[in-house]
Amino acid sequence: MHHVVLDRWSRGASALHRRDARAKTLAVLVFLIALATAQRSFVALSACYFVILAAVVVAAGLPLGSALKRASVVLPFTAVFAAISLAAGEPMRAASLIAKSYLSALAVLILVSTTPLPELLRGLERMGVPRYLLMVTQFLYRYLFVISEEAQHMRAAAQAKSGSIRVLFNRSKFGAAAGALGVLFARSYGHAEGIHQAMLARGFQGTFRTLAARAFNKADAAFVMAALIVLVGARAAVEAWI
Amino acid sequence: MQPLIEVRDLRFRYDDGTTALDGIDFDLFPGETVAVFGANGSGKTTFVLHLNGLLTGEGSVTVCGMPVNKGENLTRVRQKVGLVFQDSDNQLFMPSVLEDVAFGPLNLGLERDDAEARARAALDEVGMAHAWGKAPYHLSAGEKKRVAIAGILAMQPEILILDEPTTFLDPPGQNALIELLDRLPQAKILVTHDVDCARVLASRAVFFEKGRIAAEGSVEEVVARFQWDRTALKRSAGSPF
Repeated sequence: MHHVVLDRWSRGASALHRRDARAKTLAVLVFLIALATAQRSFVALSACYFVILAAVVVAAGLPLGSALKRASVVLPFTAVFAAISLAAGEPMRAASLIAKSYLSALAVLILVSTTPLPELLRGLERMGVPRYLLMVTQFLYRYLFVISEEAQHMRAAAQAKSGSIRVLFNRSKFGAAAGALGVLFARSYGHAEGIHQAMLARGFQGTFRTLAARAFNKADAAFVMAALIVLVGARAAVEAWI
Repeated sequence: MQPLIEVRDLRFRYDDGTTALDGIDFDLFPGETVAVFGANGSGKTTFVLHLNGLLTGEGSVTVCGMPVNKGENLTRVRQKVGLVFQDSDNQLFMPSVLEDVAFGPLNLGLERDDAEARARAALDEVGMAHAWGKAPYHLSAGEKKRVAIAGILAMQPEILILDEPTTFLDPPGQNALIELLDRLPQAKILVTHDVDCARVLASRAVFFEKGRIAAEGSVEEVVARFQWDRTALKRSAGSPF
């Protein structure tokens, strides 16, 4: 059985884990808006927000180093645009792109690391995000595990027959790797058909109905207010200081 | 006695021209368990997919007096006939165990509280009540199978169809599952290669061959006729078993 690290983290028991998904999503939205609209103060504000997010990571019981490292997954994508800005003679814009994208990724990482995906999707649905979009996300996430296992079985089979998975990725054997990928997609398609049959067999008629979600309580409202005060307050303080 | 399932001259051909079913006649009576044997590709799974309306061929299939090939009956037929698939990963698609088990009752139009109550009762029945909040992919193969069965039991079917129920399970898991199935009062159809499982659960067996029912009788009769266990191997190999 394979566990995605974020999924494991999301099943923690900190105060942040206990908050309603909608409260955490709202806090992240406030953060993203405050960060995205920052102009001249972004360097100091980014540093300030970095400290706040790092403190939240620690408070949530998540491993700080690993979380900071995982948030950097967006940097290769941003780096392209930052390089373009740099080449155009706008170093501050480049730095802003890097900082803002990294902090945004870190904030979203904290959200998904402290909220099990089912709760997060249910919260988003109750906030008005289209249900079908969420269902696609849910299925994608659910069957990521199945496809991952399929891929690992194929990898093991390839290793057993060739001695090393690297053989598949030699230039001369690139066709074999492409074929293996095709088989993986074919198997995934087979799974998709099986899933659809299983859904129909249990009376599915095109509309997903789900169980009742938990209520948004006073503690959740207080959390949103606290996040609003800290995040907007931090930005106001930084801008006043600059 | 009126059969729960009545199949007459059922024929089905896949789009590629392969004849999967070639004139099947079959009855399932209340309280009985029928084992369906046959080689891979003999039409067993294709046959049971017709009983739930997932496939529609020529001939007639009637479930609890309702013709299966009528669109308006399908929801009621699927409530009556619970189909447990071979691969539990295909059957467990909701984000949590409780939501997955409640999926069927919600589709039947039950209120959320009633659906949740049914789901919890079904989980309790299969000994998985503790796992209600878990994600299905965190379960073992045996646990997945139990939850898949709970998802069907929550719909309160009169008939259970289990496609290779013991596949992917270790021997203790197989034994636990067989004990569970033995406790359930519904009429059952077991599509299986597991003769031991059939010996414990089934009162009757049919043998599929090239899309037809080649024989039926007691499990022992059918197994002996087609040498469908390892007895012959034991005799010829000087019994290494």
